[in-house]
Amino acid sequence: MALRSTDILTQTPQGLYCPLGDFHIDPVRPVKRALITHGHSDHARSGHRTVMATRETLRIMGVRYGEDFAGSTQEATLRESIRVGDVTVRFTPAGHVLGSAQIAIEAGGTRVVVSGDYKRAEDPTCLPYEVVPCDVFITEATFGLPVFRHPDTRGEVRKLLDSAALFPERAHIVGAYALGKAQRVMALLREEGYDQPIYLHGAMERLTELYKSEGIPLGETPKVVAAERSKLAGAIVICPPSSIQDLWSRRFPDPVTCFASGWMRVRARARQKGVELPLVISDHSDWDDLCRTIRETGAGEVWVTHGQEDALVHWCTTHGIRARPLHMLGYGDEGEAEEPAHPPLEGEGREQSERGGVETQPPNVRAATPPRPSADPPPQGEDKGGQGDAA
Amino acid sequence: MNRFAALLDRLGYEPRRNAKLRLLTDYFRHTLDPERGYALAAMTGALMFKEAKPGLIRGLVEERTDPELFRMSYHYVGDLAETVALIWPAPGHESVAPADGTPTIGHNNPPPHVPTLTEVIETLATTSKSDLPARVAGWMDALDETGRWALIKLITRELRVGVSARLAKTAVAQLGQIEPDEVELVWHGLEAPYEDLFAWVEGRGEKPESGNPAPFRPSMLSHPLEDEDFAKLEASEFLAEWKWDGIRLQAASGHGSDGRPVRRIYSRTGEDVSRAFPDLVEALDFEGAIDGELLIVREGRVQSFNVLQQRLNRKAVTPKLIAEFPAHLRVYDILFEGEEDLRALPFAERRKRLEALVARLDDPRIDLSPMVPFETWEDLTAARADPASVGAGPDADAIEGCMIKRANSPYLPGRPKGYWYKWKRDPYLVDAVMMYGQRGHGKRSSFYSDYTFGVWRDGPNGEELVPVGKAYHGFTDEELVKLDRFVRNHTVKRFGPVREVEYGKDRGLVLEVAFEGLQRSTRHKSGVAMRFPRINRIRWDKPAAEADRIETLEKILERGEQEVHPLKDQEA
Repeated sequence: MALRSTDILTQTPQGLYCPLGDFHIDPVRPVKRALITHGHSDHARSGHRTVMATRETLRIMGVRYGEDFAGSTQEATLRESIRVGDVTVRFTPAGHVLGSAQIAIEAGGTRVVVSGDYKRAEDPTCLPYEVVPCDVFITEATFGLPVFRHPDTRGEVRKLLDSAALFPERAHIVGAYALGKAQRVMALLREEGYDQPIYLHGAMERLTELYKSEGIPLGETPKVVAAERSKLAGAIVICPPSSIQDLWSRRFPDPVTCFASGWMRVRARARQKGVELPLVISDHSDWDDLCRTIRETGAGEVWVTHGQEDALVHWCTTHGIRARPLHMLGYGDEGEAEEPAHPPLEGEGREQSERGGVETQPPNVRAATPPRPSADPPPQGEDKGGQGDAA
Repeated sequence: MNRFAALLDRLGYEPRRNAKLRLLTDYFRHTLDPERGYALAAMTGALMFKEAKPGLIRGLVEERTDPELFRMSYHYVGDLAETVALIWPAPGHESVAPADGTPTIGHNNPPPHVPTLTEVIETLATTSKSDLPARVAGWMDALDETGRWALIKLITRELRVGVSARLAKTAVAQLGQIEPDEVELVWHGLEAPYEDLFAWVEGRGEKPESGNPAPFRPSMLSHPLEDEDFAKLEASEFLAEWKWDGIRLQAASGHGSDGRPVRRIYSRTGEDVSRAFPDLVEALDFEGAIDGELLIVREGRVQSFNVLQQRLNRKAVTPKLIAEFPAHLRVYDILFEGEEDLRALPFAERRKRLEALVARLDDPRIDLSPMVPFETWEDLTAARADPASVGAGPDADAIEGCMIKRANSPYLPGRPKGYWYKWKRDPYLVDAVMMYGQRGHGKRSSFYSDYTFGVWRDGPNGEELVPVGKAYHGFTDEELVKLDRFVRNHTVKRFGPVREVEYGKDRGLVLEVAFEGLQRSTRHKSGVAMRFPRINRIRWDKPAAEADRIETLEKILERGEQEVHPLKDQEA
């Protein structure tokens, strides 16, 4: 008789836990044994006693937290079954970022797949997602609303290149998450034939070097020299999302504020961030791919970890698939990263940015619009255009 | 359609006027006729579709989506048109695949037909009501998200991408070496798709005939008068009028080729607003073009700008509205009389022609803006301080300063230097306490540059601050850096781009706010709204407890409210 799925996987305050194997997956607090799906800082944290992850993910954690980020590490070879306690686990590419993997846990004829974050769209910087048939599929729902349909990335990158051609005297400052998105944007630019140097904020440098050392060609990517910013007319510059708002980016010639994120699909989101050129490029599955993936796994039961759980659970239910939301907190790396309370006026030396860890703040991915101050400030003065009015 | 959609999309995010112009010009240069002409028509508001209505779109999407998912999505996106554009389940979407698993990818159906803008507009104008839903649904299926969004904007006729008709025409003018004002002059004789206009600006064709017997001519604007200007200006060379607190209009009148009168009223920027003022159009019994101020006059008395606002931006101009808010034109210049162009004449000469014309018209709805007599600048200073003392009478409350015009000034388009000056009444000042800071846009996008401020009033738990306005200019760049730092260092709460700062009796930053006027408002907690508020001074030195109280504003409000109540007779 097959085991019940909850014997294989349960929820604890630390995150998802496998009692039969005595390990956590992507725990948010330090644990004895952690299996990590990918290197984003909301999933891969430091301080666990042992960590099992793909070779690339272990390297990324080493770059982010220092080589002593865990007591010991074990490399998981893709597609190979590994015995852990009373279960076998298997890591399979998830297509999210370099090294990202889904983790399949099998015991007593039941298979549970923890997908971590994943996407189905093409990405030149990581292995593509592979469908793993299973009984229980555990999915994210970052973009789990039918309004999220990510367009072809080529069109988005063309928008950037067209704008750079139309405004050669301005610098294009592209906000992108330091791990994955930044390198994907670089690779996409290269695929479109862009052969100029792509300038990097200091926070991007080490992870970009890591990507290059993994054999991903990203071309020439010099670091921005603070004093030279005003000379970068016509350049494309990639920086962490928090930097598109701070004074660091204002020193470039008449900067065009761009942001590469799935959130850019919704205009209000882009406007709130003061983005002038939104690029809808996401490392998560869009609505269609979430639905397609659930179908393709053949799972009879779906658990939704984080994001827009309610809509995806509703869709599963109306399509005859049992589903429940886990309402897990602490995940959601494409959420809103509010800038630190006191950014330095001259902004290079920010500790947080240098670490590349802009994804760490738990975002509030639910709020469509931020709550307004209850005071309802009066509107601005109207331009009535009276005689000779200069306003 | 896709190119047009991409243009709208980009314009909607672009705050800078010059960048908008560049995007528009680039589009017009690289798009063929008639496509670009229809785009121009869409952006200048020249299109009208009888049968295509917002309800059509709503009906179509309701048939195609799960109501629960639509509700969640709308709640998240916050904009109906955008929600529909994004959620539209085009064929091939996995989430709408048949439940039996029939593949939707790799089928042999013909590829969807992406319509051109021309096709969309021509079809919308001609298709019958019953055929329209199928046509629109077909386009929605074929277009991408941005294309659908643009299509919905087109159908609802609300582009809202921050492009005025004037800006679109300026972009067309920039295709060649043509002044925007020249485009304006021929504009009213043209029709979409404007092939003759493009041919002309690109040097391939003749200048189109102005088919408009009552065209708009660009307005002449003034410069603000600075204190140091008086030393340079000779009082005897100038004439003065009151500066009215109304809306600048140009009234033009002529005869069409069929001999019938054509009468039009334009805004300062050349927008034809005739439909909003049928009562005034009726009074334009002359030939030529005159320049003046729109006011509401009741029982011979000019009403405040607050009253005038109630006449504006109404969808339907009903007889009741006209009776309650009778439009009045107080004129101060004449540009044309019949076919005669008077703009090169000196102002004093034009004034005589204008006085004669107004006398001939003899219509209570059109009168002259009186001259303000003065010999020296001191005389004018006194008049400006107390208009009632020099004959303004009960209209004094509607006067917001003086216009000073060189007696020999020709009427020139734009804002030429050295001819016309405006000398506004001193603004009102109030000391208020900063309550919220909001991040600005464009170059200020990294700064908290928009400040909401409040004054004291009695609350249930003693004195409390109530917000009375929001200002985002008036300070220097150095002051902005300091204000920004104050907001960051004194944040107590965050609401997206807004931060609430510390304030109270013993802490908080006092801002001296200058503003032009006040009006009552039900939308705001304090019950008042300010006109043109700006930060006059930052009172780093002043304790918050000593900021002004709401009564200070109430007094200003009462002064402006001594107006004649509409339909007083019926109510009495």
